[in-house]
Amino acid sequence: MNTPVANAVSRAEVEDLLYHEAELLDGWKLDAWMALLTEDAAYYVPPNDKPDADHRFTLFTIADDIVRLRERVIRLKDPNCHAEYPPSRTRRLITNVRVVGTEGDAILVAANFSIHRYRRGGTHQEFVGRYRYRLRRVGGVLKIAERRAILDAEELGALGSVSFIL
Amino acid sequence: MTDRHNGPHDGRSPGRSMVVENRQAMSFQVRREVFVSRDILEREQRALFDRCWIYVGHSSELKSPGDFRTRWAAGRPVIFCRDRAGTIRCLINSCRHRGATVCREREGNARNFYCMYHGWTYQLDGSLRNVPGEDAYPPSFDKSRMGLVPAPRLESYRDFWFVNFDREAVELDTYLAGAKEYIDLVVDQSPSGRMEIIGGVQEYDIKANWKLLVENSVDDYHLIATHATWLNYMRNSGVNVAPPKGSGLLLATKGLGKDLGNGHLTTDNPNYRGRPVARWISVYGEDAKADIDAIRAELVGRLGEARAARVADTNRNLVVFPNLVINDGSSVTVRNFFPVAPDRMHVTAWALGPVEETEAQRARRLHAFLTFYGPGGFATPDDVAALEAVQQGFAAWRDVEWNDLSRGMARNDAQLDTDEGHLRVFWRRWNDLMAAAA
Repeated sequence: MNTPVANAVSRAEVEDLLYHEAELLDGWKLDAWMALLTEDAAYYVPPNDKPDADHRFTLFTIADDIVRLRERVIRLKDPNCHAEYPPSRTRRLITNVRVVGTEGDAILVAANFSIHRYRRGGTHQEFVGRYRYRLRRVGGVLKIAERRAILDAEELGALGSVSFIL
Repeated sequence: MTDRHNGPHDGRSPGRSMVVENRQAMSFQVRREVFVSRDILEREQRALFDRCWIYVGHSSELKSPGDFRTRWAAGRPVIFCRDRAGTIRCLINSCRHRGATVCREREGNARNFYCMYHGWTYQLDGSLRNVPGEDAYPPSFDKSRMGLVPAPRLESYRDFWFVNFDREAVELDTYLAGAKEYIDLVVDQSPSGRMEIIGGVQEYDIKANWKLLVENSVDDYHLIATHATWLNYMRNSGVNVAPPKGSGLLLATKGLGKDLGNGHLTTDNPNYRGRPVARWISVYGEDAKADIDAIRAELVGRLGEARAARVADTNRNLVVFPNLVINDGSSVTVRNFFPVAPDRMHVTAWALGPVEETEAQRARRLHAFLTFYGPGGFATPDDVAALEAVQQGFAAWRDVEWNDLSRGMARNDAQLDTDEGHLRVFWRRWNDLMAAAA
């Protein structure tokens, strides 16, 4: 971790970014959230039974390149996105944030999450897992190049769909 | 009203029909009680799940001797495995001694199955190999008769394996009837006729009655309302999803809803939304064009123009009665689902692809899959929301008693995919089997 890239970032700066992101996602400020991503960002949710698999060879729950991610945001803002209309109330608790290494100009970050999702009628679900981020500086600003939300649940089961952004 | 099905099978009070069809009046109604009643769920278990051929797995999931998958079939915990001799088995996952499951991992390769309660050990073919302290058993204890119980029937069609808990059931081949042709259209995508389940399983619950997913899987009428955001995504990606002007159609092409016999049914639609095998759309990107053309050329060379067009240019959502769905659309998905309560089901979904696919082709297939299907896709979550909304509405089943499934009944020619003729096929079969078991 004694590389220039890793040295150029503090855990506090990474935490600020992740907490800010959490606030935007919980607030459904999805356009502002997109501004935190690089122009080639990707978003993955691996399948519960193969959490460490590669999306090119394995059926994921979500494997969005930036094109599909932009479309996902368009969908999530649409009242016809029935699974998220009215939008779920979510609250994400992010902990155990660590800068774990670098790869080229990317900073690798690990964190744990617990996301509570509430819907009308008493529905409460808790999505628990770990994040793996690749962050990059673009024009001096720390941005998200890849985010991977890996669920701990053995199967989605009662969690049902992953219709909001984890 | 002529009542095609009134008999003692129809609920606690005789003559109280659950499915009422009147061909003269062109009405078809299903009583909403069938989606909420615990009594009906129990009778479905006996009349359908204990007597029909139930999908359990695919040959490709068991590549080597010793490979196993534990799962549920017709409400039973089973081990789907390949024994030392290479024979595919389906064993009930319950120790003959006192009942514990003898294999508790999701999948893997085993030398034997070991019961962790008292240490009984079974071979991969189910036979009982070792009983600790065997000398304490009386002379009547016959180890050779104490193997794991196999599903009474286990048969396959083109690598799709089904079990049947009714020893007297007709052969799978006969049971599948017209569904075979539609399984063939899927399997013919592979040059060698070998498809494989791709790693990564989607297992999720829907808070709705299982029969709602049967209907939903083949109901193209719901596409416009339920999947407005998916259609929008396709439109944004340059795919023409508009119905031809003046066609009177709801969707971009004129599809059909078909009766395949024995309660099986399918949609059969000219494709407009792209297919990895083999119809290019803009979503795949320009650089995929030549590759998809090559896949197409292989199909034509092997199957001829007409058959290749059937395989490559149509989407088909197939229901194998009662609970297997094979959707051959923007990708191929195999999914089955079991009720766990009148208002809850477990769904298991896999992706299926030709074994010959290159890395790029496989990646494209999986990308196309996630565009529509699955719990994180652009469409399936809205199906789940719709079915759960339906189930909530059914709380008033005593006050609003009937579902209407008459759509298309006045049509003189073939039923469209946006009609409900194929849904009625399911309900007639459901009703007949429930009646036969009463």
